[in-house]
Amino acid sequence: MPHDHPNHDHDHDHLSPSGHPYRQDNDEPLTYWQLMEISVRELMIEKGKFSAPEINQQIDLMDSRSPADGAAVVARAWIDPDFKQRLLKNGASAAEEMGFEIGPMHLVVVENTLNSHNLVVCTLCSCYPRNLLGLPPDWYKTKEYRSRAVKEPRAVLTEFGVSLPESTVVRVHDSTADMRYLVLPLRPESTAEMSEVELRKLVSRDSMIGTGVIQET
Amino acid sequence: MISNGTTIRIKDTSPPGHIRTPKYIRGKTGVIERCVGVFENPEQLAYSLNANSYSLYRVRFKMTELWTDYEKNSNDTLDAEVFEHWIEES
Repeated sequence: MPHDHPNHDHDHDHLSPSGHPYRQDNDEPLTYWQLMEISVRELMIEKGKFSAPEINQQIDLMDSRSPADGAAVVARAWIDPDFKQRLLKNGASAAEEMGFEIGPMHLVVVENTLNSHNLVVCTLCSCYPRNLLGLPPDWYKTKEYRSRAVKEPRAVLTEFGVSLPESTVVRVHDSTADMRYLVLPLRPESTAEMSEVELRKLVSRDSMIGTGVIQET
Repeated sequence: MISNGTTIRIKDTSPPGHIRTPKYIRGKTGVIERCVGVFENPEQLAYSLNANSYSLYRVRFKMTELWTDYEKNSNDTLDAEVFEHWIEES
């Protein structure tokens, strides 16, 4: 699923000198939902509910979040057992200790162990811990991932390059309502001497969704 | 409030409207993993109605309960959040 614009037909025979397809000009008519979004936004601005700069600030804030935030939380949990306990008990308040605002949604942190592996999905839409990981990857929102993760998680994991022993229990979490989920991945044994800052760099986005694990270095 | 570890069943109904209880767990038996708090009912919120507040539970199902063709003897599980009005005694 490499394309981030699946509804566009483009001609792969016409490539730019850099080897990429030329992007079509977006001069087609607005879709129903684009028109709806612009209409509602303009109405809300006219009614003084919020201003155009406030919308941009919110977009900037959304763009500023990334898996590095989640990685910082994971690294802290690895080196500080008390923090880990607080994180597992109440994910939102523990993340807020580190300055990450979780907003109205609650955060459930699920811990991978030597005997269990957690995987997060939202079958109904695309619920995702955006405040800690930023925007979800496109595949997370596809019908394929959403339907298969709950039905054949081991096959999905294998396709992501995660091979688990049969004795490892797979626990899938479907974010059907007000919780958001973050996987606390297993810390590789070979990282015992690493600092918190070094550990942060090891923690991948996929390891916090459960579609990845952190390899021994 | 239903205590953790209680075996329950998800109601097997298909009302119209915005439902956040996925079809694949309806009619299935699971165990209360924990209560995560009280939240407004999305089935009403979706239509800008005044919403009732209901307890929300994380319910844990065995994969073999959800899918008949899942690998036998597997201990794999699926947890989903389910509002109390979808939960009945097993």
